[in-house]
Amino acid sequence: MRRSPNLTARAWFGLAVFVTLLLVALGARGLAPHDPLEQDLLAASLPPAWAVDGDRSHPFGTDTLGRDILSRLIYGARPALIVALAGASLAGLAGTLLGLLAGFHGGFVDALISRAVDVWMSFPAVLLAIVIVAVMGTGLTSVVLAIAIIDWTRFCRVIRAETQAQARLDYVMSARVIGLTPARTLLREVLPNVAPLLLTLFTLEMGIAVVVEAILSFVGLSLSSDTPTWGGLIQEGRLYVHQTPWLLGLPIAAIVITVLGLNALGDGLRESLDPVLRK
Amino acid sequence: MADAPILNIERLHVGVPARRGAAPRLLLRGIDLSIAAGEVHALVGESGAGKSMVGRTVLGILPISVRVFEGSVRLLGHDWLGLPEKSRRKHLGSDVALIPQDPQTALNPSYTIGRQTADVLQLHLGLKAAVARERAAELLAAVQIRHPKQVLDQYPHELSGGMRQRVLIAIAFACRPKLIVADEPTTALDVTVQREILRLLRALQRDEGAAVLFITHNLGLVAKLCDRVSVIHSGRIVERGTVQEIFEAPRCDYTRALFAATPRHDRPAAALQPIAAAVTDSLLARAQAYDAQWQAVHRG
Repeated sequence: MRRSPNLTARAWFGLAVFVTLLLVALGARGLAPHDPLEQDLLAASLPPAWAVDGDRSHPFGTDTLGRDILSRLIYGARPALIVALAGASLAGLAGTLLGLLAGFHGGFVDALISRAVDVWMSFPAVLLAIVIVAVMGTGLTSVVLAIAIIDWTRFCRVIRAETQAQARLDYVMSARVIGLTPARTLLREVLPNVAPLLLTLFTLEMGIAVVVEAILSFVGLSLSSDTPTWGGLIQEGRLYVHQTPWLLGLPIAAIVITVLGLNALGDGLRESLDPVLRK
Repeated sequence: MADAPILNIERLHVGVPARRGAAPRLLLRGIDLSIAAGEVHALVGESGAGKSMVGRTVLGILPISVRVFEGSVRLLGHDWLGLPEKSRRKHLGSDVALIPQDPQTALNPSYTIGRQTADVLQLHLGLKAAVARERAAELLAAVQIRHPKQVLDQYPHELSGGMRQRVLIAIAFACRPKLIVADEPTTALDVTVQREILRLLRALQRDEGAAVLFITHNLGLVAKLCDRVSVIHSGRIVERGTVQEIFEAPRCDYTRALFAATPRHDRPAAALQPIAAAVTDSLLARAQAYDAQWQAVHRG
């Protein structure tokens, strides 16, 4: 008799953005009107189709080498999505496990993990990411690992605090008193009550991962330049911002909409899934 | 050994160990307490007297900063404090159960009532999920919850405080325990619900023959429910006896003061006496003297 949760408007908006992103990334080959790498110097720097001398076959115009912007944006959704999902999953897994442990155990374990988080967070994040990628070499795996290595602390801090608050409630004591082991109490009793928060954190982190990937692409430390990424597009567009402002504006818009959508998804789902908040 | 008590606590000393030069602090100063099978034993005292610490020691859920210094707890014939964690867990929830103080937070908000009631049955009796669910509905019916099948699928926040306390009582009695620790089970409820819950507790206790350690600060509840009483102050039992003895002829000044401070229907509220400082002061002085002596003995 599990009731299907009533999703809020925010959740629907976020879900729509996320599903669109997913479909675009999966169906890039079929959706893109052109090969994202195909150059056409005769059709270089075309404005978007709605502008005065726009070209119907290039809806968002072309860059200085005549590559189709829409196709490049569509293909750019792939690394963005992979990094968002994989980066947030890894960071979430590590951070949640450590946060649960620290919050539930307290004492020495907590002190150790909490100090590690403090030290970790005192490093400038972007600098750390650049160092990690520089050491491990460019590529998607390095970017994902960099995000996990930097951002597990976000999960850890919040989950620790929430676990501490939950552990003080009587139901945790009751679980111990009916003879559950500490491990089972933590995973089966406490974790589900931390889960709504975890979901919010996860979607937030997906948004952050998209931004971090864009930053790394922007400084040329993400993927090789023949794979279109949103950050790479911004970097290219930056050079010609006065002549062809849409080259800069469109990828920024893609990032902003994605991050907004992911954040809305997190908040919306939390409201919808929480047994107490939902109506 | 039919007469062997279910629970026998001797010389129990519990406290916060010495740390960074600070002397160890005693919370329980040599508690002796014995509960026979089927007996309802009230542990009465004001807040901070240590009454909950006794219950928590029995259940093995002392706060992490608190240790048992000395003394013994025999429960169901086992040396309870010396029992390995794993064997202790087998008895918890089955032979020994807790009715917690606050029904608001004692149920897990993420799971349905049915699941939480069935949980303990599956864990200790090895029942299959479907059978456990059937049994859970019976248990809810036994604590006089109407439409038990419907309640099985509800979440804790959908129930009133009194209903939740009934559910917690059902869970406590699920595996036919020999001893139930009831830690102020009605403090968080309003007075009319309190009465129903106490009546229910007494009826179930009689039917099942379970012993109850009834922890409370309310002497008014004790007369109807309990067989014997221990009065605790500053971590020491200051008076013990049957309900009749204690109510008719309390020997300790503190017990007398406690009675004078308890409202009764045959006595106007104006007659209530606050507990005189002299009474508690002398008890506190004795506790301090005891600590000094205890520490002198344990320094070496």
